[in-house]
Amino acid sequence: MGMNIAEKILAAHTKTPEFRPGDIIKVSVDVALANDITAPIAIQAFGSSGLTRLPDPDRVVFVLDHFTPNKDIASANQCKLVRDFARQQGISRFFDGGEAGVEHALLPEKGLVVPGDLVIGADSHTCTYGALGAFATGVGSTDLAAAMMTGQAWMKVPQTMKFVFDGELRPWVGGKDLILYLIGKIGVDGALYRVMEMEGPGIDALEVSDRLSMSNMAIEAGAKAGIMAPDEKTEAYVKPRATRPYTLYASDPDAVYESTTIFDCADIEPQVAFPHLPENSRGISEVGEVAIDQVVIGSCTNGRIEDLRVASRIMKGNRVAKGLRCLILPATPLVFRQAVSEGLIGVFLDAGAIVGPPTCGPCLGGHMGILAKGEKGLATTNRNFVGRMGDTGSEVYLSGPAVAAASAVTGRISAPQEVLP
Amino acid sequence: MIFKGSAWRFGDDIDTDAIIPARYLNTSDPGELKKHCMEDADPQFPTKVKPGDIIVAGKNFGCGSSREHAPISIKAVGVSCVIASSFARIFFRNSFNMGLPIFESDEASRAIGQGDLVEVDASTGLIRDLTTGGEFTARPIPAFMQELIADGGLIEHIRKRGSI
Ligand code: SF4
Repeated sequence: MGMNIAEKILAAHTKTPEFRPGDIIKVSVDVALANDITAPIAIQAFGSSGLTRLPDPDRVVFVLDHFTPNKDIASANQCKLVRDFARQQGISRFFDGGEAGVEHALLPEKGLVVPGDLVIGADSHTCTYGALGAFATGVGSTDLAAAMMTGQAWMKVPQTMKFVFDGELRPWVGGKDLILYLIGKIGVDGALYRVMEMEGPGIDALEVSDRLSMSNMAIEAGAKAGIMAPDEKTEAYVKPRATRPYTLYASDPDAVYESTTIFDCADIEPQVAFPHLPENSRGISEVGEVAIDQVVIGSCTNGRIEDLRVASRIMKGNRVAKGLRCLILPATPLVFRQAVSEGLIGVFLDAGAIVGPPTCGPCLGGHMGILAKGEKGLATTNRNFVGRMGDTGSEVYLSGPAVAAASAVTGRISAPQEVLP
Repeated sequence: MIFKGSAWRFGDDIDTDAIIPARYLNTSDPGELKKHCMEDADPQFPTKVKPGDIIVAGKNFGCGSSREHAPISIKAVGVSCVIASSFARIFFRNSFNMGLPIFESDEASRAIGQGDLVEVDASTGLIRDLTTGGEFTARPIPAFMQELIADGGLIEHIRKRGSI
């Protein structure tokens, strides 16, 4: 019987490759990731285990990206705990200060995750790396501590749902629009415990950055992983960056799927998810009149250089609407540097936007751009739960960078064509 | 093991921001976290909940982030177990890894009312609503996860057995 990509990667990482969906297997882990929120609990769990040395510090990656630059004393103390531990254990893949960026933008950029990897991260959006053909999934801090201690994790073998994007992409439609559309169709638990495998001409046409933003949101449909088969674009992206050898897996023609769903890209216009769930997505033509107070462009979903290029095309020569705050946070130091040298930052500043450092910041309502009661925000992030970006009486809408930039200019949720016909 | 307490009802898709809002994640101290447990879903909850009480929710409980602060805050506030028609996957594994008992039963999730006295037998998965007399069975817990609970969570499991 044929195997799909997820099954092949799991089989390559376990001593019991004869598994079936639903079995619990033990797998070896290539990369174990945590951040300033989740690493402290993993470090405490490690401390309580009786072990004193990490058996393999090179497997561990820590990124201080959520409440950094430290927003208050408590978060400074959390970061210090991680920093001290990293130093004491000789963790070389520790990203802090001017080396830190939003983790799921940073790891692919640095070649720390490669195709064929099995990655666990104490962050739900670890599924981002599925876009490179890796099996990557979010876990809790205790799972992470266990992987730091043993190099292993337990895994319930998932079933796989296939999603095919047929046809040609419409203007201004990117990966974010495809994934919001998909989640709108299947719901926030539509792929619960499953792997989503995404393919088709719509995916082939996307650059790696757009694919990363799709796999990033697999968890918003409840999925364990959101995987895409690597192609030439993936290899061109990975090759110059990879820190380790990689394996490109493809699903067998007779691989088994729990279901196959085909979408026609002709039906998919730029999408907006309404409060308070990512599944409340609609095409931009059905949005109506929604005035907004704040736009955020950034995060692990859409804070890459390609996203900033799209935003700057729309904002060039325009002004941010009076009374609206527009925040732009490049996701990594390299993205920031590129945006400076390509002149994008100048465009944003000329337009009256606020440009901030690489950080999760407002995405999780942490700091730097919190919404007040009654305010509406539009963000290129991935979650719009109640209170996600501030007061529980605020509202978050989600979109890709094109709609976000156009809306920053008009002051209400707008199609990109309204600003750049 | 038997859990007994009053039911606190919540709806579908209760996310980790509702269980413990991100604004409190600058600490992992259970004593701090429990003060804000479920406050964005029900501001009364952290002060009114009694030790042993049981959370009864709809589908996809615990969706959203991977924060273990969510099950930590639920344990810390004194909730004995959670019943839901389904759980989000990271919350599901975090609960077992940390020894918070959770039970999947669509029937129980629909039938149990706010404030009902509920009793759960962890070994058989039998859920009884003592207020209405209703009886339900939760989905059986796989053998490996039963081991985790018996060992007192994943870290203790590794300590005892030397590996996962
Ligand atoms: S940018 Fe947002 S979603 Fe991404 S890792 Fe940071 S907090 Fe999580």
